[in-house]
Amino acid sequence: MKNIWAICKKEVKAYFTSPIAYVVITVFLVLIGFFFYSLVWWFNSQSLQMAQNQYYYQQLNINQMVYSPLFHNMSIILLLMIPLLTMRLFSEEKKRQTDELLFTSPISVNQIILGKYFASLFVLLVMLFLTGILSIFVFAYGNPEPAPILNGYLGLFLVGAAFISIGIFFSSLTENQIVSAILTFGALLLFWILNWASYSAGGMWKSVLNYLSFFQHFDDMTRGILDTTDLVYYLSFIFLGLFLTHSVIQSRRWR
Amino acid sequence: MIEVENLTKKYGDLVAVKNLNFKVEKGKIWGLLGPNAAGKTTTMRILTGYLPATDGKASVADYDVFEKPNDVKKITGYLPENVPLYPEMTVHSYLNFVSEIKQIPASQRKEAVEKSVAISGLETVRGRLIKNISRGFKQRVGIAQALIHDPQVLVLDEPTIGLDPAQIIEIRRLIKSLKGERTILLSTHILAEVTQTCDGVVIINEGNLMASGSLEELTASFKEKEGVVIKLKKGEKSILSLLKKIHGVDEVSLVDDEFKIEWTKGKDVRDEITKLVVDKELGLIEMRPLAMNIEDLYLKVISGGVEQ
Ligand SMILES: Nc1ncnc2c1ncn2[C@@H]1O[C@H](COP(=O)(O)OP(=O)(O)OP(=O)(O)O)[C@@H](O)[C@H]1O
Ligand SMILES: [Mg+2]
Repeated sequence: MKNIWAICKKEVKAYFTSPIAYVVITVFLVLIGFFFYSLVWWFNSQSLQMAQNQYYYQQLNINQMVYSPLFHNMSIILLLMIPLLTMRLFSEEKKRQTDELLFTSPISVNQIILGKYFASLFVLLVMLFLTGILSIFVFAYGNPEPAPILNGYLGLFLVGAAFISIGIFFSSLTENQIVSAILTFGALLLFWILNWASYSAGGMWKSVLNYLSFFQHFDDMTRGILDTTDLVYYLSFIFLGLFLTHSVIQSRRWR
Repeated sequence: MIEVENLTKKYGDLVAVKNLNFKVEKGKIWGLLGPNAAGKTTTMRILTGYLPATDGKASVADYDVFEKPNDVKKITGYLPENVPLYPEMTVHSYLNFVSEIKQIPASQRKEAVEKSVAISGLETVRGRLIKNISRGFKQRVGIAQALIHDPQVLVLDEPTIGLDPAQIIEIRRLIKSLKGERTILLSTHILAEVTQTCDGVVIINEGNLMASGSLEELTASFKEKEGVVIKLKKGEKSILSLLKKIHGVDEVSLVDDEFKIEWTKGKDVRDEITKLVVDKELGLIEMRPLAMNIEDLYLKVISGGVEQ
């Protein structure tokens, strides 16, 4: 535990002494701010129009009209940003040959991987937390339901955590950070849109592809549905990513 | 303290280390000497648990490197060939990080950092970013890093490379001062480094063990040998086998255009050599006694003139 903490601290410091974390967080917030503003503006104009009709007015739901699309946008931006956060984790160590220090110290490969993983999770949490500030306005001027929003954030966190585990895996494969980022991005996008293929597939494949797709599981969560199968899906994804990372590092050294 | 038995390491088809055997006793400084690509770094990486071996055994303080890597890592300080530094950290925060991952208890960390800063002479740069300090200081940070957990065993891969002459002397003095309580294995291309700082030496070339032993042992073994260097008009390779056939000759080698011939002390074969030269009309230009010492051996290794 102490060792994981030592690695994690070092990585968090590295994120915040280099511009990476600031740039990623700022770009993320600017984009989310923009989406949020347009969605709220749209919601407002809709409400003004519908205010004439009592029935439609009742149907207006800020959770569905603002938050659900916002969470979708956030997840797509995370898909673009996370490869940039994870690309350096192992690639940089390898390039600088600092991995020789880590791997000749009395700490285990698992501890190194987890330390790095938690550091990226921390940056993700900071990103999500800062977007939460936007919601203060919504709660101040409207009355959304908090439960689905929290559920959506939990979904975002899980999606981000799964993204990071894929990113850390590709970072362990190459000492080139750009290559690591591109591979991560490609893999994430593929998993995101896997359900598209399910339209043409039939029978068992349809449900397999649907199950594997990130999108399918995330969609439920933005609508406030928390299902254990989704939770299991994300956790197994994270576990698989970290496990593969471990295998890559071990096999590279033991060849 | 450090023991290597039949160690072999292959990178794909390339054999970097071949059946290496040596032993370093507790409290001694030994040099791992060899030209480029000899396999020095590879050997050290195996000893420190960074790389696995293809075959053979290695142990540090009776812990098998492959079976008990963590025990070995706890008592070994390692300065890799490329000093593993994080440029965006300060010297102090770097050493602090290393003290954490080397399992120094929190209460003793501060003291450990102070001590390694003092030993390595880093007081003046401790607050600076590593990327901004000079090459020599980076090397010293590497040494401080290796010493921080007060290890019993030190493995130093070319500790004086990239330093100016004054610093080289200083680092050698530092290494010598660490002797006694610690067992040290250092690698180098420079023979003088070995004769000045080390108690013993392992000479390797292209992964093969060429010689090993304490400096006294090696010099003594050379005293039992005698030899000559001859230069011939017809200096062809085919003559090597003729010279080898002479009764009493132990070793013949061709370095540039000169033949080096060795025999065990007492069995002087100079007469036979002269006779052969005259009989075959090889045209003797020069014959002089061969100086027998480590320098000679190492020169032979570097110039690739050794035949196994
Ligand atoms: N990771 C690797 N993959 C493939 N070959 C390697 C690898 N590391 C080293 N080698 C090869 O193994 C041989 C021994 O290399 P090593 O670095 O151990 O030599 P060295 O004695 O340390 O040389 P130098 O004095 O130049 O540092 C070389 O031929 C080198 O090219
Ligand atoms: Mg080397």
